[in-house]
Amino acid sequence: MSLSRAKARKRQRMYMIGAVLLAVAGAAALLLTAFEDSVVFFFSPTEIVEKSPIDPDQRLRIGGLVVEGSVAKLADGQTIAFVVTDMAESVSVSFQGILPDLFREGQGIVAEGHMSNDGTFIASEVLAKHDENYMPPEVAESLKKSGYWEEIEAKNAEQMRN
Amino acid sequence: MHRFAKPSVFLKFTDPVLPWLAGVTALLIATGLYFALFASPIDYQQGDTVRIMYIHVPAAWMGLFCYVGMAICGAMSLIWKHPLADICARATAPIGATFTALCLITGSLWGEPMWGTWWVWDARLTSMLILLFLYLGYIALVNAFDDPERGSKAGSALALIGAVNVPIVKFSVDWWNTLHQPASIVRMDGPSVDPSMQVPLALMILGFTCYYFVVLILRVRLELNERRIRALQLSGMFDQRSDQDSNNEQNYDAGHNAEAKP
Repeated sequence: MSLSRAKARKRQRMYMIGAVLLAVAGAAALLLTAFEDSVVFFFSPTEIVEKSPIDPDQRLRIGGLVVEGSVAKLADGQTIAFVVTDMAESVSVSFQGILPDLFREGQGIVAEGHMSNDGTFIASEVLAKHDENYMPPEVAESLKKSGYWEEIEAKNAEQMRN
Repeated sequence: MHRFAKPSVFLKFTDPVLPWLAGVTALLIATGLYFALFASPIDYQQGDTVRIMYIHVPAAWMGLFCYVGMAICGAMSLIWKHPLADICARATAPIGATFTALCLITGSLWGEPMWGTWWVWDARLTSMLILLFLYLGYIALVNAFDDPERGSKAGSALALIGAVNVPIVKFSVDWWNTLHQPASIVRMDGPSVDPSMQVPLALMILGFTCYYFVVLILRVRLELNERRIRALQLSGMFDQRSDQDSNNEQNYDAGHNAEAKP
């Protein structure tokens, strides 16, 4: 009798723990969904276009791939201008400062700053976003030759969108 | 299952296993480091910096692995009041905390040259930092009570509630956009790490996992021995010594009192 009562108590504790965990997980899920806009690290060009016009005083981050051939140094010799895209929408970015080593055309970047009134993003900091692919240079070369490279780049652009 | 969870059985089973496991750990980490530092190619973008990954990824894996282990032990100690489960949870916490800190430090060292920043508050980095704080909170909590049993209860509850953070760490890179790259190894369409780089990674992950079990066994044995000494002291095994101790104390007290009262 006492043994079965002890068993019942153990089962009760187990259900209690299960219920508390479910409640906490539910609360965490609700919280994180509610604050999704603050949990995301950056907005894609598509989201920026959807949200525009954006208050120039609002600081935000934009992430996307640097469009091939879009990087240019402006006449003042300090400002770098380029276009970031998620393959659906594009936003032009201007930046004064030191770019990270991984910054190059076709590479994912995240820029922090604000929107100007003419729709250009004025960045105060530019970070390079590394993708999840790790490979030796020879493998990268052969992928480029065989045409799989476009697939990888398309996937990167897709990740920037979601 | 409970039959195997007795302290005496634990000691009997782990005694012959420990030296072998320690040997395997040393071998795995030594070969893993050799491959990681010398016998693996550089990355096409990161160059030699990719070698940080061979410490960073296994450390991150261990941080999560140890936490899941700690939470399961916490649940077992709450439900079945099993002393060994409690000892295992307490023994796991500092190991997991060290791996989590190692993951954050190596990640930061990688982030500076690659991203251009030591730290950002994105979902992955922040949730990993919360994991470290959960470990530290657990360690502080279980030691905060005079009655160890109350400390275990509170600690187990914290470990269990904090387990909600584990899937958040893992899936943060899928649920939200982050600066941190998405999963490279455990993902739907297979690893995105070149096979030549998977060798050192696998060796290091296995090595770190074995290392955890070696240290866990050592720490649990230490705790069991300490408890045994305490039990022997209480049962009067060291009566002679404790008599002397109390005599000394009395002498000291007498002297002290004599001085205080002129």
